[in-house]
Amino acid sequence: MANPLYRKHIISIADFSREELELVVDTAARLKRQPRNDLLAGRLIGSCFFEPSTRTRLSFETAVQRLGGSVIGFADGGNTSAKKGETLADSIKIIGSYTDAVVMRHPREGAARLASEFSAVPVINGGDGSNQHPTQTLLDLFTLRETQGTLENLTVAFVGDLKYGRTVHSLVQALSLFNARFYFVSPEQLAMPDYLCEELNERGIQYTLADSLDDVIPQVDILYMTRVQRERFDEAEFKKIQGQYILKAEMLKNARTNMKVLHPLPRVDEIEVAVDATPHAYYFEQAKNGVFARQALLSLVLNETV
Amino acid sequence: MEYTRTVEALKEGTVIDHIPAGQGLKILRLFRFADTGERVTVGLNLSSRHMGSKDIIKVENVALTAAQANELALFAPKATVNLISNFEVVKKHKLELPEAIEGIFACPNSNCISHTEPVESHFYVRPQGTDTKMKCKYCEKVFSKDIVAEVR
Ligand SMILES: [Zn+2]
Repeated sequence: MANPLYRKHIISIADFSREELELVVDTAARLKRQPRNDLLAGRLIGSCFFEPSTRTRLSFETAVQRLGGSVIGFADGGNTSAKKGETLADSIKIIGSYTDAVVMRHPREGAARLASEFSAVPVINGGDGSNQHPTQTLLDLFTLRETQGTLENLTVAFVGDLKYGRTVHSLVQALSLFNARFYFVSPEQLAMPDYLCEELNERGIQYTLADSLDDVIPQVDILYMTRVQRERFDEAEFKKIQGQYILKAEMLKNARTNMKVLHPLPRVDEIEVAVDATPHAYYFEQAKNGVFARQALLSLVLNETV
Repeated sequence: MEYTRTVEALKEGTVIDHIPAGQGLKILRLFRFADTGERVTVGLNLSSRHMGSKDIIKVENVALTAAQANELALFAPKATVNLISNFEVVKKHKLELPEAIEGIFACPNSNCISHTEPVESHFYVRPQGTDTKMKCKYCEKVFSKDIVAEVR
């Protein structure tokens, strides 16, 4: 029997069942342990970045090539026919007719869902505006499982910009399938959106809004840091909150031994460099895991069995 | 009684009654009744024994479909819809909130891909407390129905 993701579009983390999330995580773990260079042999993947994102693109393209596949595409939509007024629907029809799957990133929300309606081959969302970035969530889940041995009943604190961070929103939604418990640590202006808190209420998931990072650190298995962007505040406001959402090495002295610090990167100053040397730092391994999570996803989408 | 009189006045068509006062014009726009070319009679702020005040719409020679009746449920869940033929009520629609609404409203998110591509808008509809939430199929943003209805 074909795996449940075979020939599926990968658009939004909300489309995944618990079992499908576990399948990707298991497959990523397997590919990290035992690398394969044959799972995409003879396959051509379209890598269509209608807006640039070097990190995501390199991670995807590494994943394809490590699995023995090849890549065509573009790194910046500015040079493509989209600039000449071609619809995304038309572009994707054509690119889909050349390739076995299309990885795409686009500045508008909903672009990947729309593309999937016009593409003959599976579309994999590499980010659509502020909406979804499912492979980031999959690599986060893989990293959580790798560091904690389970996805079940974890206590996770999210810190920083919880309002605009799609990474945070998707991971919260995915983890609520695994009975997680959350702490949300953010300035009031960047708090978790109401609709997400309502969703958690409906699902009976426990969460706590906290303002102090120090109080939360000893309570959690995972400390998921994000950046508070200066642009979101006026100067006086920023001065007030600046520093409250910065992680310093000495703050980790009461952390659980299993506790890991994650960050979607790039970091600026929200994690002090001294944290890197502590046993809690895991964000660089997390970034590396992105390649394995994307390998797992591509393998599952393009092979009946992996 | 006013209700009976208004129904009696119509030979063929649809009467939408018991619309909450203030929603009548919105509904008129929603179904583009004015564009049908048929005679449309609108009563606003009529007194109602049950509702205090209400709006009413009568359209000649147009039969509201079941799908339209469900769209109506977004704005006036307690409205009554009677299809009239030869001065008689031949059918009463029961209003039910639809699971999805396609093509009527534009997505309030200006950065949503649905605005620039050859597709109809598409919202999933879900009641929540006294409000109704609409989630765009494309950008996945969730809006209160009143926000969606403002943008057309
Ligand atoms: Zn939308």
